[in-house]
Amino acid sequence: MAKIEASMAGNLWKVLKQQGDTVEAGEEVAILESMKMEIPIEAETGGEIKAVMKAEGEFVDEGEALFEIE
Amino acid sequence: MFTKVLVANRGEIACRIIQSCQSLGIKAVAIYSEADRDARHTQLADEAYEVGPARVFESYLNVDKILAVAKEAKVNAIHPGYGFLSENSDFATRCHEEGIVFIGPAPETITIMGDKVSARNHMKKAGVPVIPGSIEPITSAEEAVSFAKEQGYPVMLKAAAGGGGIGMEKAENEEELKKAFQSNQRRAMNYFSSGSLYIEKALESPRHIEVQIIGDRRGNVIHLGERDCSIQRRHQKVIEEAPALDLSEDLLTRLRKAAIQAAKSLQYENAGTLEFLVEDGEFYFLEMNTRLQVEHPVTEAITGIDIVREQLNVAAGGPLGIGQSQVQLRGHAIETRIYAEDPNTFFPSPGTIDVFNIPEDEFIRLDTGVQNGTEVTPHYDPLLAKLIVNGKSREETMEKLQKTLALCDIQGLKTNIPFLRAVTDHSDYIAGKITINFVNDHF
Repeated sequence: MAKIEASMAGNLWKVLKQQGDTVEAGEEVAILESMKMEIPIEAETGGEIKAVMKAEGEFVDEGEALFEIE
Repeated sequence: MFTKVLVANRGEIACRIIQSCQSLGIKAVAIYSEADRDARHTQLADEAYEVGPARVFESYLNVDKILAVAKEAKVNAIHPGYGFLSENSDFATRCHEEGIVFIGPAPETITIMGDKVSARNHMKKAGVPVIPGSIEPITSAEEAVSFAKEQGYPVMLKAAAGGGGIGMEKAENEEELKKAFQSNQRRAMNYFSSGSLYIEKALESPRHIEVQIIGDRRGNVIHLGERDCSIQRRHQKVIEEAPALDLSEDLLTRLRKAAIQAAKSLQYENAGTLEFLVEDGEFYFLEMNTRLQVEHPVTEAITGIDIVREQLNVAAGGPLGIGQSQVQLRGHAIETRIYAEDPNTFFPSPGTIDVFNIPEDEFIRLDTGVQNGTEVTPHYDPLLAKLIVNGKSREETMEKLQKTLALCDIQGLKTNIPFLRAVTDHSDYIAGKITINFVNDHF
C-alpha cells in the first residue's frame, strides 16, 4: 500500500478521486491551495484508491498522507 | 477628515495604510486572524481586533465580524487595501448601510468593473479601445472554439470575475483551448464562485502599461502617469517601473486621455488604475482595478504624491489636493516584489524568517509586513516585501537596484531574490526590451 502525500502545506481545495477509483500515474487526484496558488497533487503510480484520508477544506501539512493507493 | 479608520487587510499594505493614517493624525484600527496575532500590522495600529481563524473566509473576508469591529471601535471609514474585500461591491454597500465610509469608488462602479465582460462592454461604449473578444460570457468549449476559428489563434481564456492572473490561460490551438476551457472553468468556480469565462484574441508580445488615476466627488479626475508592469510570472507582476519606457508622445497623450475618459464615464471617485496592453503603437483596455494597487509606490516615488493620503482626503469628501498641471513626473522608480517562493519554480515557500536584512538608504523604500521571526503561513499570498528604488534616470535607478538586491539577505525560507537579481542583471531588461513574455522567454 502506498500513500499520496501533500507536496506542501495548504488547504485541501478539491478531492478529485474517491475510494474505489482507479488512477493512472501522473493523474491529478487533489488540488491544494497554498499562498493563493493552486497546487495539483498527482498520483506517482497507478492503482486503486483504497482510502481518502482528508476532507475538502482541511488544512494539511507538507508530507501528510492524502490517499492510500494500491 | 476622518478621526479613526479601520484597515481591513494585513501584511505590507495594512502597514502602509496605517502609517499614512497616523501621519495625518487619524487613529488606525487593525484586524487580524489568529495566525496574525503577532504580525507587524497588528503591532503598528493604535487598536487591533481579532476577527477569526487563519482561513480568510473566516477572518479577513468575514464581513459581519469586520463590520461589528468597525462599530465597536467607532471608526468613520474602512480602507480595504487590495485583494480581500477591496473589490467587493456587497461589502462597500454594507459599509454605506452601516454609516461607515468605504474608501474606494461607489459599489455600482465596482460591480461594472468587477465583471470583466461588463467592463469591456462599458469601455467600448466610452470609446476606449478593447481587444476583440466575446461580448457575452461563453458557456461551452464549443463556443470558445468557434470564436477562435473566426478570430484565429492564439486566444486568451479568462475568468469573468477574475483577477491576480487566476483562471487565465493562453491557447495556441483547438486542443489546447478545449483543455484550457475545462481547467479554467473549474479554477474560476473555485476562486471566484463563478465559472463564467470569456475569450479574447491574444496579442503576440504586448507590454502591460497602466495609468494611475484618482478622482473626487466633484467630478475632478487626474492621472498620475504610467507604470510598466510587463515583468510577470504566472500572469502576476514581479517588477514594475515608472515612468514607462519608450512610449511616444502621441501614444502617451492617447493613453492618458482614454484613462481619464474611462474614469469620467464611470463618475469615478477615489484611486483606480486602467490597465492596458500596448503593442505596435496601439493600446487596448485590459481591466480596471477599482482600488489601491500593489505597485502604487513607484508612482508615488516619481510624483511625490502620497496616494493613500489622497484616497483618505477624497473619501472624506474633500477635493483633490492637486490639479493635473501640478502633477510632475520626476526621475525613475523600480519596484521589485519579494515573494516567499522558489526562485526557479515560483512555487510557494512558507516558513519562518530567521534573517531579514534589507539595506537602508535614502533612495530605498521598503514596504513590508514581516520582520525577523515572522512565520509566513500558507494561508495568505506570498508577498513579503516591496523594494522600491528611485534615481534620476532609469540607468541610475537600475544600478542602485542591482547593488541593493545583491545585499538583500532573507533566510529561513526560499525567496525569489535570486530570480529578481537574474532579471535585473539581464541584458534585455537593462536595454528595456521587456514584454509580458519576458519571463517565459528568458527563464
